[in-house]
Amino acid sequence: MLAGRFRGAGANDTDYTNREVRGLKRRRNILNWAGFAIVLFAFLSYPIFVPFPATRDIPWANYLLFLTGGALLAVGLRRAFRDSAHYRGKTSGSILAVLSVVLCAIFVVGFAYFARQIPPAGNALRVGQKAPAFVLLDTAGKQVSSADLLKNRRGLVLIFYRGYW
Amino acid sequence: MVGLSVDSPAESQKLCQSRGYTFPILSDPKADAIRQYGVLHPNGGEGGKDIARPAEFVVDATGTIRWVNLTDDLRVRARPEAVLNAIDRL
Repeated sequence: MLAGRFRGAGANDTDYTNREVRGLKRRRNILNWAGFAIVLFAFLSYPIFVPFPATRDIPWANYLLFLTGGALLAVGLRRAFRDSAHYRGKTSGSILAVLSVVLCAIFVVGFAYFARQIPPAGNALRVGQKAPAFVLLDTAGKQVSSADLLKNRRGLVLIFYRGYW
Repeated sequence: MVGLSVDSPAESQKLCQSRGYTFPILSDPKADAIRQYGVLHPNGGEGGKDIARPAEFVVDATGTIRWVNLTDDLRVRARPEAVLNAIDRL
């Protein structure tokens, strides 16, 4: 880069015949790698945001991270292709960009599609109906009945969940 | 407050310990209670196992259901404020 400047006004920075320019090492394109790192973090970090409903129900934080990483990758790729004399990363950047698109697609499809794969709840009991009694084992292996749970209490909250498997 | 799923007592115990839950978690391995409440998710689990779809019910002292929350998105669950409001109205 410096060698190009000393050759005087009008000199072409991309003149590869100048041995001094060819001898210079092309800089590593940090933007590509930083962008991909952020995209990877966006993909993996949802559990961090889960405790907060604002970022759980719609993963704003993750979408923002995807956009930021994507922007860095875009700038990095542009640099690699337009100024390949000074910046590496045409091939690696392209691969990282494709990987990023794939990760983002998996994330979005996971949220928009898979999270909604629940059957319609037409059969669920409604307000006003009697709550069926049950007797089930607790974590200590002891039998617990719904009648016991309701005894001398104002009410009971039942939380049905998928299971931890 | 009580949690219910098809997990075995041992699996539920692991969950309780890892999250520090202090309320009881009950095991419904054959999904009997789950079926009775109409919240079955057939073949929804690993290996096609029948499991529960996420749902919350508030039941009053007479055993009558006073509030139901069903979700159409696995990630979106009842907010604590909503459940507390339902309890306050009992």
